Amino acid sequence: MPAFLKFTRRLAVLPPLLLLAGCDMVVMAPSGDIAAQQRDLIVISTILMLLIIVPVIFLTLLFAWRYRRSNMDATYDPEWHHSTALEVVIWSAPLAIIIALGAVTWISTHKLDPYRPLDRLDIARSIPADTKPLTVEVVALDWKWLFFYPDQGIATVNELAAPVDVPIDFKITASSVMNSFYIPALAGQIYAMPGMQTRLHAVINRPGEYEGFSANYSGDGFSHMRFKFHGVDQQDFDAWVARVKSQGTALNRDAYLKLEKPSAREPVRYFATAEAGLYEAILNMCATPGKMCMHEMMHIDAMGGAGKESAENRERLEYDSRHATGEEAPAATIQAAGAPARSEEQPQGTNEPMQHDMPGMGGHEGHSMPGMHEGGDPAPAQLRN
Amino acid sequence: MFSDPDLLKFVFGRLTLEAIPYHEPILVATFLAVAIGGIALVGLITYYRFWGTLWRDWLTSVDHKKIGIMYVILALVMLLRGFADAIMMRLQQAMAFGGAEGYLPPHHYDQIFTAHGVIMIFFMAMPFVTGLMNFVVPLQIGARDVSFPFLNNFSFWMTTAGAIIIMMSLFVGEFARTGWLAYPPLSGADYSPGVGVDYYIWGLQVAGIGTTLSGINLIATIVKMRAPGMTMMKMPVFTWTSLCTNVLIVATFPVLTATLALLSLDRYVGTNFFTNDLGGNPMMYVNLIWIWGHPEVYILVLPAFGIFSEVVATFCGKRLFGYASMVYATVVITILSYIVWLHHFFTMGSGASVNAFFGITTMIISIPTGAKMFNWLFTMYRGRIRYEVPMLWTVGFMVTFVIGGMTGVLLAVPPADFVLHNSLFLIAHFHNVIIGGVVFGLMAGVVYWFPKAFGFRLDPFWGKMSFWFWLIGFYFAFMPLYVLGLMGVTRRVSQFDDPSLQIWFVIAAFGAFLIALGILSMLIQLVVSFIKREELRDRTGDPWDARTLEWSTSSPPPDYNFAFTPVVHDQDSWWDMKKRGHSRPLGGFKPIHMPKNTGTGVILGAASVVFAFAMVWYMWWLAGLSFLAMVAIAIGHTFNYDRDFYIPAEVVVETEGKRTEMLASEV
Amino acid sequence: MTELADHAVFEGQAPTFYLKEEHHPEGSTMLGFWLYLMSDCLIFAVLFATHAVLGRNYAAGPSPADLFDLPLVAVNTSMLLFSSITYGFAMLEMEKGDRKTTLVWMVVTALFGIAFVGLELYEFTHMIHEGAGPQRSAFLSSFFTLVGTHGLHVTSGIVWMFVLMAQVAKHGLIVENKRRLMCLSMFWHFLDVVWIGVFSFVYLMGVLG
Repeated sequence: MPAFLKFTRRLAVLPPLLLLAGCDMVVMAPSGDIAAQQRDLIVISTILMLLIIVPVIFLTLLFAWRYRRSNMDATYDPEWHHSTALEVVIWSAPLAIIIALGAVTWISTHKLDPYRPLDRLDIARSIPADTKPLTVEVVALDWKWLFFYPDQGIATVNELAAPVDVPIDFKITASSVMNSFYIPALAGQIYAMPGMQTRLHAVINRPGEYEGFSANYSGDGFSHMRFKFHGVDQQDFDAWVARVKSQGTALNRDAYLKLEKPSAREPVRYFATAEAGLYEAILNMCATPGKMCMHEMMHIDAMGGAGKESAENRERLEYDSRHATGEEAPAATIQAAGAPARSEEQPQGTNEPMQHDMPGMGGHEGHSMPGMHEGGDPAPAQLRN
Repeated sequence: MFSDPDLLKFVFGRLTLEAIPYHEPILVATFLAVAIGGIALVGLITYYRFWGTLWRDWLTSVDHKKIGIMYVILALVMLLRGFADAIMMRLQQAMAFGGAEGYLPPHHYDQIFTAHGVIMIFFMAMPFVTGLMNFVVPLQIGARDVSFPFLNNFSFWMTTAGAIIIMMSLFVGEFARTGWLAYPPLSGADYSPGVGVDYYIWGLQVAGIGTTLSGINLIATIVKMRAPGMTMMKMPVFTWTSLCTNVLIVATFPVLTATLALLSLDRYVGTNFFTNDLGGNPMMYVNLIWIWGHPEVYILVLPAFGIFSEVVATFCGKRLFGYASMVYATVVITILSYIVWLHHFFTMGSGASVNAFFGITTMIISIPTGAKMFNWLFTMYRGRIRYEVPMLWTVGFMVTFVIGGMTGVLLAVPPADFVLHNSLFLIAHFHNVIIGGVVFGLMAGVVYWFPKAFGFRLDPFWGKMSFWFWLIGFYFAFMPLYVLGLMGVTRRVSQFDDPSLQIWFVIAAFGAFLIALGILSMLIQLVVSFIKREELRDRTGDPWDARTLEWSTSSPPPDYNFAFTPVVHDQDSWWDMKKRGHSRPLGGFKPIHMPKNTGTGVILGAASVVFAFAMVWYMWWLAGLSFLAMVAIAIGHTFNYDRDFYIPAEVVVETEGKRTEMLASEV
Repeated sequence: MTELADHAVFEGQAPTFYLKEEHHPEGSTMLGFWLYLMSDCLIFAVLFATHAVLGRNYAAGPSPADLFDLPLVAVNTSMLLFSSITYGFAMLEMEKGDRKTTLVWMVVTALFGIAFVGLELYEFTHMIHEGAGPQRSAFLSSFFTLVGTHGLHVTSGIVWMFVLMAQVAKHGLIVENKRRLMCLSMFWHFLDVVWIGVFSFVYLMGVLG
């Protein structure tokens, strides 16, 4: 029977092998240096583990065959159940592999930390001194992607372009629910979360058109929450920017609030201009006029709250219910200050931002989120930027 | 009477006729099938005048063996439902290419993958594991029942009530469209205003109470009820893994309960725990749910490890290799499973050191797991392996599980996880360990202990068919998903553009079809074995020449399990008894003290269903009423002091006499 | 039953494989109830952790210093502490077998418990009246949930106490009732311990910290 088992397994593996030759495994053949390093890590880890997996499978099948009942030649030793030497081996062999893999993990996790600026273009080239990274601010909307190019002053929907061999600095947030920003050819994914900003540093090394999408389920339109990522050379990128500027409309708050409403299969859209501070407003959940921004709220909270007479602040902070009720926010009559914090003195400098390289509890060090009160800096931008 | 809309709203809450999905042909057909099946079942029970027996001997039973069997039946029924969901997903994904939308719109598809996950974990795997533990553990430790027999019955009915609540969502309203862990803000009141998430919450809360209480019960049983002489290091491995699993249950399910309670407060009261606004923090939910969620994986797999340990020792005719290291490995896994939860969301932007820490702790778990694998391997070494069906599952497990273990460790490397997270590679990985580990283990356990429960073995031919279909089907269904994951395909997508992916989904659908044949073979196996039961009869009580105490009593065991409590001298105590020529006592029987059956558990379970349904649909009057009813029934139950009785010595004499005859007829 | 020579432990005596007498394992109720309390403790642990994360997210609203009336809470705390002492007296009387005095102390305990819940309800309604309900901010959500969950526990403890009083009055201090009184004792003291955590971490540290 084990022979049959072997045989069927071989059968099961054959057609996939034939197919594998013809399919496009983007994760194993990416076009960006970060993704390539992640691919290498997959390969190294797999080989390390195969060192132990292959013998185990082999021994399983061997023993299963050799010690079958009908094989009377095989030794039968019903009381043999302990061997200190063997026990040492069976604990230390996996231990050795895990020590090696653990070291690889520790080093690679720090080296490939998405928050860490790049230190090379690819394995052979370092970053030229005069290179200015391209900054892209990404917003995951229901169910499309909005990209701001603050340096170029433009914005796009469902289309992303970047020059090859130029480091890209993504700042990522979302408008309503959690998504994950993922371009497999470029680099690994990172969550896009409302009211918070995550970061990703990456570089594309080969020109081409690549797939990008949300990798975290976010509701009805999720399946089509995709965009094309164009890796182009510098001239083509400049031409693309010029095209966006010539064909696009203006993205102001009104346009954004219309865009933000849930919709699926959105076509590509260009915006020749983007209102200043719009991304920060989205990040702080105050794109709707009259709303209090998160950083302002966090500032007030750090000062000890706004006291009992602050009921109007609640409405100005309500955010989630806007789709459910279908109401627009209250008119922008209230000044952005709201009920002031009781004391405007600067908070003490004792609250240093948490260092992100704290091993141990919690997973929040990387975020500044509504639950944190580090220092007086109210911006909910990443602590690590 | 119901013309007044306010009155209508008061009585029915938000339940309207539109909530009945009579416009969905798939659901109507399903409902008809369920209804016809149900009517047929009711008819059969009535025809055979089985109602009285059903109520007296089963539904109200506090016998751990019957409760265990009922758990497994529940699990098998829910397996069919969960698997139907799986087939629907595989078909949709194999069809919906290049503009074709398939036959399931996102609204429906999203409910299906949520229901598939929830049902398979909470209502298939959990009751299955609990059922086997319930049936086997008291027998293995030489006890007459569990510590708290009524609580056991109550736990079962709460689990069943949870399953019923989830099933109701199929025909009244809708189920959650959030994924099986219902991450907020998507699962919050503002982004999921319907009843789906509420069904999810109440189904899990009700079942969770049952699970927690059954965990407490089994820990107390294992700690306090062991036969004399059975020290901790003489407990059978399955009992050890059950102990660790129940410790995990008691130490994690309250976290799930609290987390879901906070989510329901957000949804019902308007609090701000996991909202985007007003200071809420959705990431806290993700952390809390995985603090429960990761140990949950081990709750499922540890008992499976225990089953394999029993099976491999029995069918190799050999003492388990490295008992002590097996026990220590189990305990280490139990403890480590608490400090790995963050590996489920490396991509949430934690710092590199946090990610690396949790990645490495995750990898460390593979060390004791690897040691266990070697222990089974060296149990086979110099054994004399009988390839009965449970042993086939075990060898299938050993080969399959190491592949899943390998991809799991790969996913524990944070930068590798960045490219594989949420992809079909992840899906392939956890099905690889859950099917290859948990399901194979449960199947092995069912075949192994079936003769103990029913007095006859399962037909080996159909058992082998089931095994091969499952095994080959598994590889066809999930190896393509590994490939698709490497092609950058994400989970939970219902429609695709890239036509080159389609062939892989077609292969996966074919694999699912093979697994369907495996499940069908298992059902045929049950029927065939029942028909051939005289031929397959187990007269000895020990059909596999096994090693632990459950095999020392008759098959099926008498109500009181053991006429005399066994005394244990060795790990494999029944083997020890056989080897050293024990003789079964034939006289001196005494009356045996046993707990009485009670209907309170069924009634409380039914009241919970009503309560949950009322809460889902905002029928506040009914919710209040059913809650008060539950409190009143529970209090009323405590006023009943007459909870036990004695099985008279004559009955024991008669039962044991029959066993003596049966043993004699075998020789 | 004779092949024993190789088994040192039982050398010289035949091994017993069966107990001739009925086996009475020691009762597991106390262990079981303690396990239940530990699982309950985890629910509180989650709520405390939640409060630790959200406890300063006032959403530009009132803070503990604005809302908490420490003297009132101190009175409330003393109610619960007294109730634990009086329950201890009830247990002492139970040991003595004095049904009537046991019942008297239980009534006193229940009254203290009711006073505690009453004061808590007063505090809650007052806060809600001031616009500081659980929907106002994450801080208030976690405050109401943590303190309210404790209050619900005390309430069910009171209900249980009345049920037990009826049972003790009806059946006397029989074994079952003594066991139940022990369980309630553990439950009641457990709630006391949790409250000390609530008082220190939520109220004191909220106002002073």
